[in-house]
Amino acid sequence: MAKTAKPPKPEELSKIDYRPPRTHWMDTPVQFKEGTFCYASRPKYLEEVDFPNAREWSSADEDWKLPDNWKEILLEGIKDRLKKYRSFQLFMDICVRCGACADKCHFFLGSGDPKNMPVLRAELIRSVYRKYFTLGGKLFGKRAGARELTYDVFKEWWYYFFQCTECRRCSVFCPYGIDTAEITMMGRELINLLGCNTDWIMGPVANCYKKGNHLGLEPHTIKMNIEMMCDDIEEITGIRIEPTFNRKGAEILFVTPSGDLFGMPGIYTCMGYLMLFHELGLDYTWSTYASEGGNFGFFTSNEMAKRLYYKIYAEAKRLGVKWILGGECGHMWRLVHQYLDTWHGPADFLEVPKSPITGTVFEHAKSTKMVHVVEFTADLIRHGKLNLDPSRNDHLRVTFHDSCNTSRGMGIFEEPRYIIKHVCNHFYEMPEDTIREKTFCCGSGSGLNAGENMELRMRGGFPRANAVKYVHEKHGVNMLANICAIDRAALTTLMQYWVPQVDVCGVHELVGNALVMKGEKKRTQDLRLEDLPGVEEETEEEGE
Amino acid sequence: MPTIEVDGKTYEVDEEGYLQDWQQWHEGIAEFMAKQDGITLGEEHWEIIRFLRNYFEKYQIAPMIKILTKEVAKSLGKEKGNTKYLYELFPAGPAKQACRYAGLPKPTGCV
Repeated sequence: MAKTAKPPKPEELSKIDYRPPRTHWMDTPVQFKEGTFCYASRPKYLEEVDFPNAREWSSADEDWKLPDNWKEILLEGIKDRLKKYRSFQLFMDICVRCGACADKCHFFLGSGDPKNMPVLRAELIRSVYRKYFTLGGKLFGKRAGARELTYDVFKEWWYYFFQCTECRRCSVFCPYGIDTAEITMMGRELINLLGCNTDWIMGPVANCYKKGNHLGLEPHTIKMNIEMMCDDIEEITGIRIEPTFNRKGAEILFVTPSGDLFGMPGIYTCMGYLMLFHELGLDYTWSTYASEGGNFGFFTSNEMAKRLYYKIYAEAKRLGVKWILGGECGHMWRLVHQYLDTWHGPADFLEVPKSPITGTVFEHAKSTKMVHVVEFTADLIRHGKLNLDPSRNDHLRVTFHDSCNTSRGMGIFEEPRYIIKHVCNHFYEMPEDTIREKTFCCGSGSGLNAGENMELRMRGGFPRANAVKYVHEKHGVNMLANICAIDRAALTTLMQYWVPQVDVCGVHELVGNALVMKGEKKRTQDLRLEDLPGVEEETEEEGE
Repeated sequence: MPTIEVDGKTYEVDEEGYLQDWQQWHEGIAEFMAKQDGITLGEEHWEIIRFLRNYFEKYQIAPMIKILTKEVAKSLGKEKGNTKYLYELFPAGPAKQACRYAGLPKPTGCV
């Protein structure tokens, strides 16, 4: 029985060899290195969503059990996509291979593998495009940067398109604005045509399709988990919260990634939402059907992502809510901002989101009708609607990790910082080149947060971890805040590996700690049920 | 698909050794898996494994770790209701190792 390979020790892993192989990249065959790729999807997950070529196979095997006409399917797939997506055609044609993106990718920085340079990763497909779709490539072959599509080339696509988190840092530096993430997305769509997705992506996709969320949490499980969080909140504050589920006629539908309902430290973020909404007396409801903010379908194909997201609007319609509030999720916001309106919009049956507390109308969401919870909370603070005691977070020295999708995909830079500065007294920024639109990815996004590819994840997360280490050493930072569920899970593992002194939390966990609730008892514990250091001393002093 | 053989019968497992079909599980499978890790299952282990099996039957997913510790504290006493105790029993982690012995699949998604 195969056991998951453990990554080498950090001291070993950080010895990165940036020397490229001596051979031309086209003549350097792909080598599948243990710890850097994911397991193949089980056939049942493909069957559950009608994906093609469901069969038992292993990504480590020679034979991937592809259909006989696999090459035809891929070439036809490229042709279709060139027609359908103008961006794809453009990105295939306009790259001048200047190399500005080369050293901007966290996977290249962490691995030294030249095929992780965004320019070369894109070239893996571009070379095939040239061979079959351009005159120069057809006539001059390799001299024109063109090559045949072979079985090994397909495997190379698979290996490297699952070594890209679609974070889009490279695109920030591209003088032509080429979005290499979109090339990866096209690559993955093609891979998907042959039924070659990973288990870690297809499991959540199938779950989400069947049960409404990636984890496959059923309605009674969701309810039980949230009630358990309410028990903890009662222990900490003395206040009993009774959230509602699937309630028709609520003003707001709240949707968050299911990781917040299950994983650590996501559940503490979730407790923060519960406390905040209770304190505001917000007329909102949870849904056990639209119970997922994230969308792993996005890591398979545009069509699948579209299919999975419809339930949010369907549920909003069924419940008759006015608008939708979304939790601290990463790729949810890239999708809401850049795709949702094209897929299912405009959501005319809903109203333009308006904060019932401050009266602020969220004009930018007037088509999608969805607002990110940090926008909502920052607005509350701006209007002085929250009673906050930031000293309850005084044991934390906090830095903020911009999630790739909320920052580069949507431009949420200020809101989370504004909130953190009001709920914490100690906030420190990481170096400028590693935050905001230039943020470094957690290294595990876009469905790469599995266990079997841990070495890859630790390599990809190395630049981010390095910046955290810097502020840890300089300012004593011990908490890495973020607004994405994959971040909360992935950065926790990343920190344990590279900077074990630093813990990870969502921004609303910090809000929950600082929020002074009406009628609460004196807080002696934080949301993790750990003693608040300052309070202990105070009590002792009082006793003396 | 990898398999394991327990008492002359073959069972399918995934690449990490998790049982493919949780309903095929029986105590012999847990004992077999534990033995491979060099662990002898005592009554303390069985208490956790039985809890996991019961929970999964009700909820179709392994419990989040917090619920596991809370429930263990409730039914087996406060001194057992913490992650330290669970890690002593299952050094590779209660979420992974104990669930594997109990024949449950691994949760996936943003976790």
